[in-house]
Amino acid sequence: MSRIFLILLSALLVNNYVFIKFLGICPFLGVSKKMDTAVGMGFAATFVLVMSSVITWFVNIILVKMGLEFLTIITFILVIATFVQFVELFLRKNSPGLYEALGIYLPLITTNCIILGVAILNAQQSYSLLESVFHALGAGLGFLLALVIFAGMRERLELYDLPKPFEGVPIALILASIMSMAFMGFQGLIRL
Amino acid sequence: MSSLKEFSKGFFKENPTYVQVLGMCPTLAVTTSALNGLGMGLATTAVLTMSNIVISAIRKAVPKNIRIPIFITVIASFVTIVDMLMHAFTYDLWKTLGLFIPLIVVNCLIMGRAEAFASRNSIGKSMLDGLGMGLGFTGSLVLLGSVRELLGSGTVFGLELWGKKFNIFLMILPPGAYMTLGLLAALFAYIGITRKKRGGSK
Repeated sequence: MSRIFLILLSALLVNNYVFIKFLGICPFLGVSKKMDTAVGMGFAATFVLVMSSVITWFVNIILVKMGLEFLTIITFILVIATFVQFVELFLRKNSPGLYEALGIYLPLITTNCIILGVAILNAQQSYSLLESVFHALGAGLGFLLALVIFAGMRERLELYDLPKPFEGVPIALILASIMSMAFMGFQGLIRL
Repeated sequence: MSSLKEFSKGFFKENPTYVQVLGMCPTLAVTTSALNGLGMGLATTAVLTMSNIVISAIRKAVPKNIRIPIFITVIASFVTIVDMLMHAFTYDLWKTLGLFIPLIVVNCLIMGRAEAFASRNSIGKSMLDGLGMGLGFTGSLVLLGSVRELLGSGTVFGLELWGKKFNIFLMILPPGAYMTLGLLAALFAYIGITRKKRGGSK
């Protein structure tokens, strides 16, 4: 039980996927300009992460049984892409409200490297199903946390008069650097 | 002449890293040294060029609605090949780059070029585009890696420049990656702005 909690906390804070491990940077820079888009993207990514880690866990068992580990990359990315498409269709049909809130982020999520990255890490570390789920949950919540903190800062940043070359992405990267330093403070909190 | 343009636009004008801000994850994660940056860049270039060629070759046979899964399959196949080749021939590099080799699949640069260029242009042009963009990507990775390696451990490509006297250890840690890339992107933006000004005054 404590191991699961440690996996969750490690993925959420100590090895935060955005600030320390550099996964999911493109959506992180792309949708963190406004708070509500950041929250939407964060929750959509968390949901897809948890579900896809369950699916890829079963797929991985089949692949290992058949000795087809070298197909991991192709299978995982196709499974994830199909799953995301399926979720989009399902939401559009059954819950238009949720679709409105999350729908536009779903196609972007397929190419979010955090999803494939976590799936491959789960397979490499041979986590059990429960461990995989909590690893994915931690990664997703960590991503959400990073997005929300960052969106809050960027909203205020819009009000400041910056030197021209720094406008947009450069200042965002420097901000991320400072945030990353803050997250380095968690280093050594947990040893897995 | 125009094919030369397809090739060279990736170096500066449409540089994938500093101008288009694509493929950030490997850019930030693996550039702790110039050599790692070079390895990652060349692996991406190989995948990008091959997938551009294949996608351009099959572009007329692919139905529009399911083009994305088809592109992903093509890209994933080449990534698997590169992954296995690197495992076989450059084991140390393969180990350092680790997770980021399979993640070439979801590098937005590759999907972006497939969608925006290779699915609309001839094979030759797509190949040049892939090579140019890939080498531009490699160039930015090597630049970023060199700066970080120089500031962080006083070497470039393992050659000692000023030893360990002025090391800023932070530079090879994650914050250094964001910091260096941010400053370099600002530099590129500055060069772009001054160029445009000069062009306007003429």
